[in-house]
Amino acid sequence: MKYFHLIWAALFRRKTRTILTLVSITAAFLLFGMLDAVRISFDQAGKSANGAQRLQTGSKLSFIQPLPQGLGEKIATVPGVKSVAYSNWFGGAYQDPHNQVFTFAVSDNYIDQYPEVQVSGDARKAFTNTRTGILVGEKLLEKYHWKVGQQIPLQSNIFPQQNGSKNWTFDIVGVLHPTDQSVAFYGQIILMHWKYFDDAVMKGYNNGQVGWYVVRVNDVHQADQVARAIDALSANSDHETRTQTEAAATASWMKQLADIGLIVGSIMGAVFFTLLLLTGNTMMQAVRERTSELAVLKTLGFSDQGVLAMVLAESVLLVVLGGVIGIGLAAMLIPGVSAGSGGMLNLPTVGADSWGLGVGLMVAIGLVVGAIPAWRAMRLNIVDALAGR
Amino acid sequence: MRDQNSSTPEDVAMGTLIEIRDLSKVYERGRQKVEVLHHINLDIAEGDFLALMGPSGSGKTTLLNLVGGLDTPSGGSIAVAGQRIDQLGAGSLARWRASNVGFVFQFYNLMPTLSAQRNVELPLLLTKLSAAQRRKNAAIALQLVGLADRASHKPTELSGGQQQRVAIARAIVSDPALLVCDEPTGDLDRHSAEEVLGLLRQLNREHGKTIVMVTHDPKAAEYADHTLHLDKGTLVEQATA
Amino acid sequence: MKFLFNLGVLLLLIAVLYVWVHLPWYAVLALVVLFAGWMALTRRGRQAGSVTGVGISTLRQRLGSSSVVVIGIAGVVGVLVALLAMGEGYSETLSKTGSDDTAIVMRGGSASEVSSVLNRDSIVVIDQAAGIARDKQGKPVASEEIVVAANLPVKGGAPDDEGSVQVRGVGEQAWTLRPNAKIIAGRSFRPGMRELVVGQGAQRQFVGLQPGHEVKLGAQTWTVVGVFASGDAYDSEIWGDENVVADTYRRGSSRTSVFVKLTDAKALDTFKAALAGDPRLQVDVDTTLNYFSKQSEGMAKVMRVMGITVGSIMAIGAIFGALNTMFAAVAVRAREIATLRAIGFRGVPVVVAVMLETMLLALIGGLIGGLLAWLIFNGFTASTLASGTTGQLAFTFKVTPLLLWEGLQWALAIGFVGGLFPALRAARLPVTTALREL
Repeated sequence: MKYFHLIWAALFRRKTRTILTLVSITAAFLLFGMLDAVRISFDQAGKSANGAQRLQTGSKLSFIQPLPQGLGEKIATVPGVKSVAYSNWFGGAYQDPHNQVFTFAVSDNYIDQYPEVQVSGDARKAFTNTRTGILVGEKLLEKYHWKVGQQIPLQSNIFPQQNGSKNWTFDIVGVLHPTDQSVAFYGQIILMHWKYFDDAVMKGYNNGQVGWYVVRVNDVHQADQVARAIDALSANSDHETRTQTEAAATASWMKQLADIGLIVGSIMGAVFFTLLLLTGNTMMQAVRERTSELAVLKTLGFSDQGVLAMVLAESVLLVVLGGVIGIGLAAMLIPGVSAGSGGMLNLPTVGADSWGLGVGLMVAIGLVVGAIPAWRAMRLNIVDALAGR
Repeated sequence: MRDQNSSTPEDVAMGTLIEIRDLSKVYERGRQKVEVLHHINLDIAEGDFLALMGPSGSGKTTLLNLVGGLDTPSGGSIAVAGQRIDQLGAGSLARWRASNVGFVFQFYNLMPTLSAQRNVELPLLLTKLSAAQRRKNAAIALQLVGLADRASHKPTELSGGQQQRVAIARAIVSDPALLVCDEPTGDLDRHSAEEVLGLLRQLNREHGKTIVMVTHDPKAAEYADHTLHLDKGTLVEQATA
Repeated sequence: MKFLFNLGVLLLLIAVLYVWVHLPWYAVLALVVLFAGWMALTRRGRQAGSVTGVGISTLRQRLGSSSVVVIGIAGVVGVLVALLAMGEGYSETLSKTGSDDTAIVMRGGSASEVSSVLNRDSIVVIDQAAGIARDKQGKPVASEEIVVAANLPVKGGAPDDEGSVQVRGVGEQAWTLRPNAKIIAGRSFRPGMRELVVGQGAQRQFVGLQPGHEVKLGAQTWTVVGVFASGDAYDSEIWGDENVVADTYRRGSSRTSVFVKLTDAKALDTFKAALAGDPRLQVDVDTTLNYFSKQSEGMAKVMRVMGITVGSIMAIGAIFGALNTMFAAVAVRAREIATLRAIGFRGVPVVVAVMLETMLLALIGGLIGGLLAWLIFNGFTASTLASGTTGQLAFTFKVTPLLLWEGLQWALAIGFVGGLFPALRAARLPVTTALREL
């Protein structure tokens, strides 16, 4: 630590150059922070302790194929099943058909399957007691400046009511507060009563069917077993099911959406390769113009290894300094990006994982970048360097 | 630091600090081999102030570098206070330099990014001294060269003479027995040069530092106790010991 | 004063960049010609030329730091072009699907086929509407279709890894309606049979879609009998007979959409009016070309925004890298530049020379980046869950000349910014200090 001021002073020997280089490094790690947040949001979707307890049962045929409502009672009898809820895609839009608002028609106990989504006791009660009541995600509420107690019109792009109109009216009775990143989605959606939906929708459109079941299991370790038992219920019927843990189901969706790992990996590869060259060039210049100073340090009795370590420390410090600023900036910008995307992106704030990976990368890049200049500094011959050779 | 009792050459002749035997140095410049020093034999007494003179390329800087442990000889031996420095490896040589030699260069070679105080503290970073101790010792050294009031100035804010005095403070701060000076006044005006030389003589007389100084200025050599002349790698004239 | 000058430069820079981004290629060409004319014909221009020559001749000695500019910019352009090529490929795949003389009819207010339901009565009425072309037997050229999805195992995934594929049940006229779609292996399905033809994109993505193989859709076993290629979004689909598909998915006699061939492109209005005027119907009509193009808008925009965001952040990094290099280059050549100034060269040629050098490096970087993106990513296949469909949509990256041009524009813009400030410093360097330095 006592050498810190030496290293610091050397780093800012040429202020312009160091600051310009720092900005480049900052830009690179800003990008890293943001892309890593994207990657993690893809990776971690559906992965949580609560999520592991939940199974999703849908039609084996395809996700748009409905299942009979009676199946729920059978599933409830499967050993290991704690509770069963179900949900239907409603597909609402607000004011303009393009303003899609993800709306689901759910069973009364649906929200109980998601203890990590907070709903106040009053709201819960009001929801149960109001046929046309809906629970609205907090972000969505904010976005459209809705208030609890307000009546809002929603258009369904699929389902007409008995009278043929696709304009539905609902009463906001409560707010969904997701308390975990893995269920952030619930901040952006609307839940309505499946019962009301099934009653009010035009005959022939739903016929008492449900889109999928959400099953909670007693023991996480038995999840796979329970899933197989559920699928066995409908084997060889005309409505075979496919049951997956929530994590597996979400991961499969994310994977189909985009190979985000590849995209992020390629971009960061290009960025860091460029950064290596750029910072490497700066460090080369820095050591080249300091040749005589390094020779003096050696003259004073600094060992070869000591000089090597100092140059390495300088280059690591440079990258870490820029990198920490960059990831810090990313942490500051990410909430804005999430808000600006109108709910399309739900990026987690930069977490310990990203910081860890980021700092690891900074140190690694710093060491690689500093390696050649540090080697040169170590091999520097005092007599030649002092004579300006 | 040593006492000022040993103020005359006669008194210090009792101990030999540096023993040079049959010393040669060969440089390879491409395929050519250039012998810069030929079989030098020389004893330098403890407390001596020796000036090395000679034309360019005579090998005086090479000899100085060898004495200061910056370079290793091709043949022969150098012992300083009984220690064979020609046999030391790079690492041990660096440690030896840190505690036994102070260097003063023609172009001062201060760290441009550090204040005078920090420059003087540099050699102390290699010791086990605490930060407070380092600050204190550096302040004493700066006081000794008369620059206590310039401690926080960067080298560029100092005159040439002042920079050289900071360099001298840096050379003595770890209290080495030997000071090695390469053209310490080569870049200074007459007045500053005299100040620097006076300071060196003071360090020699009052603090018992043994000084080996390369110079091409006869006026500078006059401050020394003895003057040796080198020509084409050999000592041509040896003053009385 | 200095502050005002810098502010002025900054404002000018923003204005120049704004114009530059919106400049078409021929305007750039005109600028280049104009500039070359100035270089060749005016005294200052010739001076600038000779100063630039001196600078470029010393580039060799500054190879290391100059390559930082080149590689930095190549990185930006490469990533930018690749990301834009992804969006381009995606929207191209959808936007070349369909034609303007075929129309799609869905239930009114449906955002896409999958959310549309047409009952039998409506379909019968639609088939008889005015504006529909008729075949030799006088039958309307129309195909009632049903779009559903199937889960199939994905190639290269775990055994349990299933992806969603869009299944389209089509009528006999489907092939007439889509002249692009051609059977390239095997044969077409026979009406009434559980037979499938698979798009070549779907075949690439899912396991077991070779002619002769059997696949399970739910509890039923179907046989793959052929592969078709259409070069558009249909490539990612699987087709079967509409009645059999509707049966499997228990859709009864309802369908999701009706595709019709119009007598000609102008007949759309007639057809639309005919349907709108019928009180029994509540449907939306559009040309198939329009319908599929619209489907791509949202996602293509997301991809483009992503590309530009990533590109911009990288560009900032590259600009500062270029600034660094060019400031260093100016510093190294400070004495030379000062000497020129002392001899009597004016500021403009010096500025022009430094700018030209940077722009040259940027141009090289842009070309390398574009070339790399083209070599690596042109034709690269990816897939995503497209909006408005129920399955994965396969598409290939398209590195178009326009994208390459856009990449070059970025490169030159980065070079411009990265060179301007060092150039101004060079020109404003006080001659005496510069001569004293070094």
